[in-house]
Amino acid sequence: MNIDKFKPQTVYTIYIASTPEKVWEALTSAEFSRKYFFGNSVEIEQRVGGAYIVRTPDGALHISGEVIECDRPRKLSVTFNVNWPALIEKLGPTLVTYAIEQVGEAVRLTMSEAHDRPLSDDILSGGRQGWPAILSSLKSVLETGKPLVVKMGPPQRMLAALRDLGIATP
Amino acid sequence: MSKPEFVYVTYIKTKPERLWEALTSSEFSRRYWFGTELRSDFKAGSPFALVVDGKATDTGEILEADRPRRLSYTFKHELDDEMRKEGATKVAFTLKPHGDLVKLTLTHEGFAKDSKLLDGISKGWPAILSSLKSLLESGDALAIPLHALGIEGVA
Repeated sequence: MNIDKFKPQTVYTIYIASTPEKVWEALTSAEFSRKYFFGNSVEIEQRVGGAYIVRTPDGALHISGEVIECDRPRKLSVTFNVNWPALIEKLGPTLVTYAIEQVGEAVRLTMSEAHDRPLSDDILSGGRQGWPAILSSLKSVLETGKPLVVKMGPPQRMLAALRDLGIATP
Repeated sequence: MSKPEFVYVTYIKTKPERLWEALTSSEFSRRYWFGTELRSDFKAGSPFALVVDGKATDTGEILEADRPRRLSYTFKHELDDEMRKEGATKVAFTLKPHGDLVKLTLTHEGFAKDSKLLDGISKGWPAILSSLKSLLESGDALAIPLHALGIEGVA
């Protein structure tokens, strides 16, 4: 897939007392991801062109994508498409990139959510609500062994914006 | 296009009162804010300053101090010539209980066009607030070298 047209529209940076290898593991392991990703699990084939999948706690397919860049433990780029009918046709694919850098005794993790067209703040609000909770919890698991229990309702503002575009939501 | 501003949200396993203490006390801030001391009595209308090695790096005035829910102050950079000319911006912290966590929202707004200060604080806040979270949850702040943030003019 050609990603030249994609521009980051949401960026979140967090620093973690950990190592790049452990952060990579946290981002790519099904068992680890369940702890911080609202119970969802990540399944990934760690090679360019490999599959990237996120399943909900009941095993249903939530997000499906493809590995675009895989430079362990520095950079992982995947398409990250929520499995709702009509979403991709209307909004295009989503590209999520994790950059992992050692800084002093910590790791800087930068998540960028990029799109191939400008999206409204309403549409982007779903990710902007979710990423800080997911990545705050990931940090807590790596640093203290204990995930955060972030109770969060559905992203209403985004869902309303999707409905307005005629995109069916669960 | 929305106005240039910086927003950062993080969830911390702590109590609002303890987080308020961390945001307003030099004992805490020295540890998570790159050695910065906070000079203010944190009452609306009072002066506010960030001080490193006895030098004020940033100054302002307390706008709101609704302990332990909301703290805001004006924020003007003092050291770098270009940034000083940009004038005062506004920092606001909102602390909201979220189950057994606190949702901390920082909003920093009021930047000049092509603001150099905006670039600097966008790199600074994630490191400061990540370190604050670590300190409150694990007892240890992060060891991040200031130069690693890549802020122009900060060696």
